[in-house]
Amino acid sequence: MRTTGAFKALSLAIVKGFVRDKTSVFFAVVFPLMFLVLFGGLFADQSTSKVELVQVGDVALLDDLPKGADEAFTDTFDVEHSDDLDAAIEKVRKGDADVAVEMRGDTLVAHYTQTDQVKAAVTQGALRAFVDGTNVALLSQEAGSPPAYDLEAEKVEDDSLRTIQYYTPGLLGWAVAMSAAFGAAATIQGWRQSKLIRRLQLAPVSTRTVVAARISVTIGIALVQLAIFVGLAAAAFGLTLTGSWWMSVPLLVVGTLCFMAIGLLAGAITKTTEGAVNAANFMVLPMSFLSGSFFPLDASPAWLRAFSNLLPLKHLNDAMLDVMVRGEGPSAAVVPILILLGFAVVVTAVAARLFRWETT
Amino acid sequence: MTARAIEVVDLTMTYGQLRAVDGVSLEVGEGEFVGILGPNGAGKTTTLETIEGLRRPDSGTVTVLGLPVWPRNSALLPRIGVQLQASSFFERLTAREQIHTFAALYGVGAAAADTWLERVGLEDKADTRVEDLSGGQAQRLSIASALVHDPDVVFLDEPTAALDPQARRNLWDLLSGLNDSGRTVVLTTHYMDEAEVLCDRVAIMDHGRILQFDSPAALIRGLDAPARITVAPGQLTHDEGRALNGVDDVVEGPEGVVLTTRQPAVVVSQLADADHLDGVRVQTGTLEDVFLDLTGREYRA
Repeated sequence: MRTTGAFKALSLAIVKGFVRDKTSVFFAVVFPLMFLVLFGGLFADQSTSKVELVQVGDVALLDDLPKGADEAFTDTFDVEHSDDLDAAIEKVRKGDADVAVEMRGDTLVAHYTQTDQVKAAVTQGALRAFVDGTNVALLSQEAGSPPAYDLEAEKVEDDSLRTIQYYTPGLLGWAVAMSAAFGAAATIQGWRQSKLIRRLQLAPVSTRTVVAARISVTIGIALVQLAIFVGLAAAAFGLTLTGSWWMSVPLLVVGTLCFMAIGLLAGAITKTTEGAVNAANFMVLPMSFLSGSFFPLDASPAWLRAFSNLLPLKHLNDAMLDVMVRGEGPSAAVVPILILLGFAVVVTAVAARLFRWETT
Repeated sequence: MTARAIEVVDLTMTYGQLRAVDGVSLEVGEGEFVGILGPNGAGKTTTLETIEGLRRPDSGTVTVLGLPVWPRNSALLPRIGVQLQASSFFERLTAREQIHTFAALYGVGAAAADTWLERVGLEDKADTRVEDLSGGQAQRLSIASALVHDPDVVFLDEPTAALDPQARRNLWDLLSGLNDSGRTVVLTTHYMDEAEVLCDRVAIMDHGRILQFDSPAALIRGLDAPARITVAPGQLTHDEGRALNGVDDVVEGPEGVVLTTRQPAVVVSQLADADHLDGVRVQTGTLEDVFLDLTGREYRA
């Protein structure tokens, strides 16, 4: 009975201490959310903005596209009709449209601007493809046989692993890692310095109860982070979760344990609260870069990718991606969970060996 | 002799080369108010924390209320209350939340906790965060948190350190009532006057050893130190002072004539006969003198 009361009282005290610490709340919730908004808002879906095309007069090629091709065409182009060529070209010049097309005999003439070179290249390439495609279709019709080769392009990802899909799990992993490590580091140092840890030692409450209260609060914070991240990403940036996303809950729980252990280590090797938080930062921030929290590691050198496998956050991020957006089943999280637990046990053991009760 | 609340036998603690506690033995009776007095670095806090059960002694034994304190004795913990040297508070809680939290750790209800908040005069500050309390208020809260479960034995580690004189005296009023209900109190202090005012018995400690352990009056009596009688200026000349029976030495200073004597009663009655009592002050020995006598050093807190 007393244990339950003590557990509740301790948890409540720790929660209040956290919520009233504006710096902690900022770094646990607001700061990572800023990155989410930044990445989600700025880099979202660069490829999907359509080319604005003005069609002057009748353009038989575009009007009579074969079925299939016309769908692809409307995916790429936003078509507007006009009869005034000069006005259309003027529109392109001012940047209100990307390209104006007209037919001169059998030639499709495209008036485009070089202001946006990427778009100009896309426009040219796309129009060339449609002209070629139509030519091939007509020629094979005349010859009475289908073309020798055909191309069908299909994306490997589940339709759209868009920016937000990639960043939400990774940034969430980073946010949880950061708040768990900082929380543990600051608690162990702060309590040691105020001798609260000693005071609790002389109260009839077991170490297990104290540790359980601290861990429960940190896990609670991690789950709140999950809710806020997924909620905002889904509501504002169109995040779609895949089937086993709920496996992110046990993943975050063991991730929290693992990074609390790292925070304990930071607290054990330092002598002040500031030192402990800095040491935790020193371990977590580089790790988050090397674990794909901010950018995918696919383009990085092989040795770096091999090294990243030594980092717990890499396994957390990967597994979060797998279950939250890549559509993997629950089993995809099992091995990462074991790896994270292993890290937690080993790092806690090291921290316990290095820990000194007194600061001097 | 009453039952023993605390029994320390031949306690030794060593940090590297330093013998922080060097063969300390101590017995405290139930209901006694005992002070451990000494300068910084004398080993007071180490001794106290070992008695509380926070440290494993290198050698020697400690029992409190008949129970061994090491290893951590969960049967004993609810019966002792501790105030550590630092303000051991949960960060960013208000005074009330703080004491409620400690109360819950001991299975004590919120109402009892609120009573203690009143008893230490903090009801006005109940909703103030611990970081915003003054030094004296923080000490009061810390003491209230140590007492919230009504323990039989209370340990206070320098409860008045770093307080201004006014706050210290206010705290004395609170502290002096702590053993009224038969509770045993042990405090450390480096203030001589504090030990003299509050404690039934004082252990004088220096370099890890207890030099003497007795009531303040007995310590001073045993000192056999001369009394100093100051007579206000203009009442008495140097030679008149010399002529009085029992006077060993006469010094004229800005405060008047200071007579040194081992028979203060004899000297004072002669001054009364001569009608020189206006502004007379008699100073007998203090614990400072005892310390000087025991260590050969001036006492510097």
